[in-house]
Amino acid sequence: MDFIQLVISGLANGCVYGLIALGFVLIYKATEAVNFAQGDFMMIGAFVCLGFTNSDFLGLNFWLSIVLAMGVMAILGYLFDWGILRHMSGQSQTSIVILTIAVGFILRFLAGSIWSHEPVSLETPFAGEYVRAGGLVLGVDEILIIVVTILLTFGLYLFFSRTKLGVAMQAASQNQLAAYYMGIPVKRIQSLVWALSGVVAAVAGILFASKGAIDPASGLLGIKAFAAAAIGGFGSLPGALVGGLIIGLIEPLSARYAPDGFAGIARIAPYAILIIVLIFRPGGLFSQTQKKKV
Amino acid sequence: MSNADVVLRIDNLESYYGPIQAIRGVSLEVRQGQIVTVLGANGAGKTTLLKTISGVMDPEKGTVKLEGTEIQGAEPDKIVNRGLVHVPEGREIFPLLSVAENISMGAYTRSDKAEIAHDVELVYSYFPILKERMAQAAGTLSGGQQQMLAIGRGLMARPRIMLLDEPSLGLSPLLTEEIFDIISRLNQEQKVTMMLVEQNAAVALGVANYGYVMELGRIVMADDASTLASSKDVQEFYLGITEEENQRGQRRWKQRKTWR
Repeated sequence: MDFIQLVISGLANGCVYGLIALGFVLIYKATEAVNFAQGDFMMIGAFVCLGFTNSDFLGLNFWLSIVLAMGVMAILGYLFDWGILRHMSGQSQTSIVILTIAVGFILRFLAGSIWSHEPVSLETPFAGEYVRAGGLVLGVDEILIIVVTILLTFGLYLFFSRTKLGVAMQAASQNQLAAYYMGIPVKRIQSLVWALSGVVAAVAGILFASKGAIDPASGLLGIKAFAAAAIGGFGSLPGALVGGLIIGLIEPLSARYAPDGFAGIARIAPYAILIIVLIFRPGGLFSQTQKKKV
Repeated sequence: MSNADVVLRIDNLESYYGPIQAIRGVSLEVRQGQIVTVLGANGAGKTTLLKTISGVMDPEKGTVKLEGTEIQGAEPDKIVNRGLVHVPEGREIFPLLSVAENISMGAYTRSDKAEIAHDVELVYSYFPILKERMAQAAGTLSGGQQQMLAIGRGLMARPRIMLLDEPSLGLSPLLTEEIFDIISRLNQEQKVTMMLVEQNAAVALGVANYGYVMELGRIVMADDASTLASSKDVQEFYLGITEEENQRGQRRWKQRKTWR
């Protein structure tokens, strides 16, 4: 029982990591840039939703606030690419990486000034509620996190495989030049991918905040999600989710079952896994590298 | 000569890679229903010329007119919209997408569903192997099949003119022949106007109506394909047919080109 309980809460955490990792991979595949502010996007997404719904702020309906937060983050993502990154094309990867790190700092500062530097909890209709099932006590928040992640993943799968825009996003990420030749407006597509990753970040942030509190430093969770993305093979969407789940599971399990005096192992376990994966499968668990035929 | 049937007209086009001038004032025209070939050795500027026409590169000087409208310097997606499609050198397919998805991306600029479905069938009728491999990831196709896919994908834009860059690159002579057969059938049956860039001058002149010879960024010869094929210079330098030995039983190794 104890074990199953841990697994479920680990999966719930893992879903959040996985969704942030998904944001990393979306951006990386589309633009070959690593967005180190992805964790901070998530944090901002949570704060935006909190700003709409919490009674201290606007006090809107919770579900409406979620939709609004997703919209705001989509616009933010789009504008970030359109207004800043597009003008950096041709610059080295390093400068783009440093730019996103800097943006992360700015977002953390902004969130602190607008909302709070202290942890704030998101007021959800299901806060503190739980269900009992055969000796298990499951928080509604944890169940919702898992369900929402499954739904979002399925939705993204349909979007990328069935819609013209989704396929075009894949095409532009696989062969940018060829996408240009086909008349696909690559730059606009890239901005739309940023918008999509903003939406995913908003969902991740809201889920994260719903089972606890959110503060500006929560964005640093992005580092763990980065490890998750790397475990999954940085470039594979299912890989990112699986990587997130692995990290989410390993944390509580290693804390619980570590020998006495080694409880701190939970903190390094995600990175230990990352190193092991990189040694034995340098491309990640779901590597998608393919050689080009001439 | 009337100008009504000129699909593509290029005047004094100049293009640079940084400080290096790759295209040094090229003028040419392609008429409705023609296959026009541009021959030339490595580094002559053929690919750069196509890239400049399709908008992937911007020219420094000169004009590109597609059916009378200037398109030089426009974004590539606008140019595809106007009916000029570029089938790039080295295939450049989308490796992880399926064959069917690759083909559908060729029609990205169109939204007429029924017509698109009709054109997909048309592409499959010319390249039956692609229909068999429909659901397969395009990166797993052989080189020749990838070239067929690239041409098929280009057709999906229903172009007024198609630019083909080295369709024979890396293919066996047998496959090259097969691809060129289809190219010439597409031209005759579907009336697709084409501009064909090739190193393999023999096959290119075989299907083309008109040809230009390019060297170091300039056009040095222009004539009907059959006239070009029988010209001494083209035979010597592009078709590899060498002159008979002269009376003293010696060959002149340092042949001069007549345009020098």
